[in-house]
Amino acid sequence: MERHLTLEESYGYDRKTLEYIRKAAAHGLYEIRGMGAKRKLPNFDDLVFLGASMSRYALEGYREKCVTRTLLGTRFAKKPVELEIPITIAGMSFGALSANVKEALGRAATEVGTSTTTGDGGMTQEERQSSKTLIYQCLPSRYGFNPDDVRRADAIEVVIGQGAKPGGGGMLLGQKVSARVAGMRTLPAGVDQRSACRHPDWTGPDDLAIKIQELREMTDWEKPIYVKVGATRTFNDVKLAVHSGADVVVVDGMQGGTAATQTCFIEHIGIPTLAALRQAVEALEDLDMKGKVQLIISGGIRSGPDVAKALAMGADAVAIGQGVMIALGCNGDTYRQNGQNISAVADYNALGAAPGYCHHCHTGQCPVGITTQDEILEQRLEPAIGAKRLKNYLKTLNMELTTIARACGKQNVHHLEREDLAALTLEAAAMANVPLAGTNWVPGRTGGI
Amino acid sequence: MCGIVGLLVKTPALRARLGELMAPMLIGMTERGPDSAGLAVFTEPLADGARKISLYSGLIEDDDDFNWQGMAHEMKEHLGIDATLKTTGNHAILGVSVDPEMVKRWLKEHHPGLFVLSTGKSIDLYKDIGAPAEVADRYNFSKLKGSHLVGHTRMATESAVTPDRAHPFTAGEDFCLVHNGSLSNPNGIRRKLEPRGIHFETDNDTEAACRFLEWRLREGDDLETALKKGFEELDGFYTFLMGTKDALALIRDPFACKPAVVAETGDYVAIASEFRSLAHLPGIENAHVFEPAPEEMYVWKI
Amino acid sequence: MENLTFDLSETPVNTLNHYLHHEAPKGGARKIIVTHPDGAHNIAVGLDCPVEVEILGHVGYYAGGMNKAARIVIEGSAGTGVGENMMSGTVHVRGFASNGAGASAHGGLLIIDGDAGLRCGISLKGGDIVVGGSVGSFSAFMAQAGRMVICGDAGDALGDSLYEAVLYVKGNIKSLGADARIEPLADADIAAVSNLLQQAGMDHAPRDFKRVASKRELYHWNADANQEY
Repeated sequence: MERHLTLEESYGYDRKTLEYIRKAAAHGLYEIRGMGAKRKLPNFDDLVFLGASMSRYALEGYREKCVTRTLLGTRFAKKPVELEIPITIAGMSFGALSANVKEALGRAATEVGTSTTTGDGGMTQEERQSSKTLIYQCLPSRYGFNPDDVRRADAIEVVIGQGAKPGGGGMLLGQKVSARVAGMRTLPAGVDQRSACRHPDWTGPDDLAIKIQELREMTDWEKPIYVKVGATRTFNDVKLAVHSGADVVVVDGMQGGTAATQTCFIEHIGIPTLAALRQAVEALEDLDMKGKVQLIISGGIRSGPDVAKALAMGADAVAIGQGVMIALGCNGDTYRQNGQNISAVADYNALGAAPGYCHHCHTGQCPVGITTQDEILEQRLEPAIGAKRLKNYLKTLNMELTTIARACGKQNVHHLEREDLAALTLEAAAMANVPLAGTNWVPGRTGGI
Repeated sequence: MCGIVGLLVKTPALRARLGELMAPMLIGMTERGPDSAGLAVFTEPLADGARKISLYSGLIEDDDDFNWQGMAHEMKEHLGIDATLKTTGNHAILGVSVDPEMVKRWLKEHHPGLFVLSTGKSIDLYKDIGAPAEVADRYNFSKLKGSHLVGHTRMATESAVTPDRAHPFTAGEDFCLVHNGSLSNPNGIRRKLEPRGIHFETDNDTEAACRFLEWRLREGDDLETALKKGFEELDGFYTFLMGTKDALALIRDPFACKPAVVAETGDYVAIASEFRSLAHLPGIENAHVFEPAPEEMYVWKI
Repeated sequence: MENLTFDLSETPVNTLNHYLHHEAPKGGARKIIVTHPDGAHNIAVGLDCPVEVEILGHVGYYAGGMNKAARIVIEGSAGTGVGENMMSGTVHVRGFASNGAGASAHGGLLIIDGDAGLRCGISLKGGDIVVGGSVGSFSAFMAQAGRMVICGDAGDALGDSLYEAVLYVKGNIKSLGADARIEPLADADIAAVSNLLQQAGMDHAPRDFKRVASKRELYHWNADANQEY
């Protein structure tokens, strides 16, 4: 009799889980990696727009005007941030990214009329010069935090948390702590940098209110103060950010990326962007602060439809990190140097990765020269090429946004509303507080189909 | 996340001025706690067998128009007791010389919308939503007399802005607690206490701390032992200020992230989250001003 | 040039700060005197010129925060975060200082005549701090560069996760934090302590101080060392 192999993989102990346990047994350390959550989560793809037809009238896609101008920081700041488009570039540090990349971000943002943001590790000369509108982050670590840069910034963002790791501090492994990075952060070169999870001089919203006043006093009440939170207890957190005196609240959902964090944080702490956005908007509405305090949502915003849906749900703007990196060439199989396309596949393989699967930002060995401080690797992303790709990406997103808004009959993208949306799944309907398509039913809300 | 204040006067002559000294302290903490305020004042204790119950009608529609006298009449008819009544709008202090639990049971049955703020021989408790200055004005805080008091201004973190979630919280008799900070295991504490017959009125983390400590005291712990157990079981960041019939007590968690400052003179000891609530006090320029250390228990007796 | 007085019982802090930011650099008054601070927050934050500011009383949070070049004297106690993130200049507290004094200071000198609360010198990045009294727990947590001279005692977990900052303690250390250790005092240390004490106007024998610095064992992940993360 012929013997058949009957292989049955365990659902609970599948090969991925076995691999995790073996790694833990071998290393005695948790896994650290870059990028965001990889698991399947309810997201903006689960929503669709109800375009105009008989009851609503559409605008001509190319000819009729659709406003995208976005004002941020109108509550207290004497000089609010004024942007051409509601799509901003999220905070990413010099250290995580190369100086070339920071420069490329600034150039592209300036060309399309939006803002870019510093990160943990201070402001570089390159990014200040290349960015017309630069948001300066004040983080728990305070690496490179300098009052001169506070004065040179266009807005200040007090970072409490990040969607990839709410409750955790920053991380930058030794390979990326080059002499310049170390110098800016006042650290010995090459240390595995693990930064604080709480700010050194305040804890809680009552103290934050005083900290925000300090930043306002510093800047003569001119610059908007943003407060950024990772999405967890978002309804409460957004309210408290408003109570603390924020001009703008930035909510980063769990799909948000990171340069390096424990995988257990990335996949297991925080709530999806969709759910966080709904709670953030409810918090602002509850306080009657919608439109007075602006809301920026981030974490897995990839496309024009994502932006449009976020605005329809109540965001005033979005911030993009990973999408920006991918536009630059992240996870691509080639890089372009001196006018030539060169394969990076072997370098991915050397990291144990492959194009399309790479999350090895933490190693500093980015095969396409984005998340690296290596002098040779960083040459693989030329600022001019990066800036052009990013500009195209942002332009595409904005065109998609306006074309969707016009199709919904809006002359201003900020007039999109949640009633313009329907949900395709029960999860998305419940989380986003949007009716299941073809019904008036929102799970968890009273009333029938 | 909040502002806390406490004042204990050592000189009996100052008892008449307790409220006047305190009102600016409470109002000084408005930025830390803009959405509600409250105060527990401890007066000369009543005779044995007598109790006073602070009541609040702001949770029901009648609010300020609640017929307190009518309630007292009704109570006399049903229970045959003569209660004294001191009312300020939606607030009343009911004085009785019977078992207060019997009175509270009757209240619950006949006026379920009334909220019992405190019970005891010394404690009168006031709390409501609104800016601290409005609440102070509503109940004439500056006219209050007594030996010591505990006050609070609230910036709600997780539980909603409602009068019953304002501080101080009470448990048992002549015990109250205010809190600045945020507990990280209030629900576990609650689930531990509820099977022991301890009833919770709100989802507020401070109530969990208050009921935990009162439970320990009722189980026979002295304040120090109860607080020691509190350090073991209550997780999170906190500064607690407690009032008992004859003392104020203060503790801070080991991280002491939430602020507290104390000013002491021969006449008084004053406690606040920040010095700006103490700056107006008489003789403050010569007071001993210090920061209480974490994990230490400070007790000031009248 | 005359002294100029701001009475904070009549003038908002904002007016004072606005003067210090915009008029003081032009070389106005010789010295700015601040009366009735009464615990107000954010007094003299973000100064950017070598002006002298004397504050007569107790201040709230962040006094002298992010200071550059100015000399600020507080004739009372200071709330949370006094001299936080200062870059240069001097902040001198005659009384005690609350939590997080000199947090993240990149430069300059913070002098506290009395005690300092918890987390004094947390995230220190190059500034110098001299404390006449004792410091609370978790002081110099993750201090990266700079020096602290503590004439009294230190609380729990002194210098936890210390990088390259160096701490000098005269009194008792309740406990050292992870990766901090006591090292022998070298001549250069004695000179440093002596110099800092002199600048602070304090009189102690530099030899009586212990040097605390990083073991540098937490600089890199090391699974086998049973590190305390």
